[in-house]
Amino acid sequence: MKLFIASIIQNHAIAHGIYEMVIHAPEIALHAVPGQFVNLYPHLESTLLPRPISISDVDYSGGHVHLAYALVGTGTKLFATLRVADTVTVLGPLGNGYAIPDSIQNPLLVAGGVGTPPMIFLARSLRMPVMIYLGFRSSTPYFVERLAEFGVVRVATEDGSDGYKGNVVNLMDKHGAEGDIVYSCGPRPMLKAVQEWSKSKHIPTQLSLEERMGCGIGSCVGCIVKIKENNYQGWNYKKVCHDGPVFLGEKVIFS
Amino acid sequence: MKRTDLAINIAGHELANPVMTCSGTFGSGKEYCSFMDLNMLGAVVCKGISVLPWNGNPPPRIAEVYGGMLNSVGLQNSGVDSFIANDIPFLRKFNTKIVANLVGHSLSEYEAVAQRLNETDIDMMELNISCPNVREGGATFGTDTRKAAEITTVVRRVCTKPLIVKLSPNVTNISEIAIAVESSGADAVSLINTVLAMRIDIYRRRPVLAQKVGGMSGPAVKPIAIRMVYQVARAVKIPVIGMGGIRTPEDAIEFLLAGASAVGVGSSHFFNPQASVEVVNGIRSYMEGQGFASIREINEALIDE
Repeated sequence: MKLFIASIIQNHAIAHGIYEMVIHAPEIALHAVPGQFVNLYPHLESTLLPRPISISDVDYSGGHVHLAYALVGTGTKLFATLRVADTVTVLGPLGNGYAIPDSIQNPLLVAGGVGTPPMIFLARSLRMPVMIYLGFRSSTPYFVERLAEFGVVRVATEDGSDGYKGNVVNLMDKHGAEGDIVYSCGPRPMLKAVQEWSKSKHIPTQLSLEERMGCGIGSCVGCIVKIKENNYQGWNYKKVCHDGPVFLGEKVIFS
Repeated sequence: MKRTDLAINIAGHELANPVMTCSGTFGSGKEYCSFMDLNMLGAVVCKGISVLPWNGNPPPRIAEVYGGMLNSVGLQNSGVDSFIANDIPFLRKFNTKIVANLVGHSLSEYEAVAQRLNETDIDMMELNISCPNVREGGATFGTDTRKAAEITTVVRRVCTKPLIVKLSPNVTNISEIAIAVESSGADAVSLINTVLAMRIDIYRRRPVLAQKVGGMSGPAVKPIAIRMVYQVARAVKIPVIGMGGIRTPEDAIEFLLAGASAVGVGSSHFFNPQASVEVVNGIRSYMEGQGFASIREINEALIDE
């Protein structure tokens, strides 16, 4: 990981409150694996901490890194005002991404809301047909067409405004979803449901977690999650930014 | 032209320059070594170490505030055995001083970790009696003059290395505590630790931190730290290490003018991972530009009459 000043190639809204930024950062493009993220630094007095932004896709040949973010606060709203040819301070790639075992043949990708973007990079890296289930609240689903390039995409929305009405795990049950590995990213309640679903079907699972971060590089010990461990208490706090954000599903303790 | 010398001295140990990291903001340096040269630092002050591993507090542990942040990490660490096995050998590869930060729940825990560390290859110890995020130990020692003196005495007995005591700003009279630890054998004091603070989420109507309150750091606390360093530097004879919101060389130089022999760069590492190296380089440029030959000359240069 290194600190770069990257120039912005594209930065625009792709759905209500969701932006995609493409930056020129060849070294990050070269070294990144799916599930990793970068730190973007807002450099504002009101928001000094970096924002962890997931890598949604990379273009190795052009040295482009695609980042998707939701407008949630001062930092991300500032990023949305940046224009083509502006620069941004970026550190990455950060964290441990998804592992792709050689043996897998039938990957199942399950994402919710802003957990969707990393699935593009993951699906591209898998180099095999994938089955993709996406869950959204009521907002317009996004990245559906781009993901359709890699396999069948099924969508659930909580209010039924698009696709199946209900949550993504119910949609998986309805279609009798199967796979030899589950990759998931999204809000905690969804990840918990995916964890239980995979456990009942004995499918190995990798979950990408989100937590409020300070430094993004493992030094502040702010973003922790309980991970099962063979010690006196049965768990340890692990750093989401440094030990994760991707953890083995059976290891995560949702408290 | 005078030669510019950034070296400073703490209890007979020379540091190549006055810039250290602040405990808890730099791990043990590993996280930062890929984008900065640890040889550039006067000292690396490691994250707090206890006798046994500590879990720390439940999340959320971090809240952002204007000009800084709150944390309630609660000194999560893997314990002294892991520190000795992994962190000391790693840091020894670099030409910088190693300062271990000691934490405990009780006098005997502090004493035990000091004993273990005294047998190791570290250069100095920093006694942490000012962490606001633990119920026992931490600031309960650092906010009471008698207890601060008592724990310094206990650790001093087993510590033959230079001993720094890190002070809490959450007190009425910080000079009184500084004097108490000086007369109990401290070789230096470092200040300030974080300022006790709170944030509330107005839509969830709950405290942002799981622990409700936490320690505030970042540029917004700097004027408080400058004032306290200025007062303490005039109250004690031992070196003062100034810290609190240092983000730029100019911030650090303010501390040196206030009387700090050395400075610590802390949570600014989160905002800019290269902050401490930029501070070293900027201090040198300032000295060259302003005609200062030594850090001591800056310490004596404040016009405040």
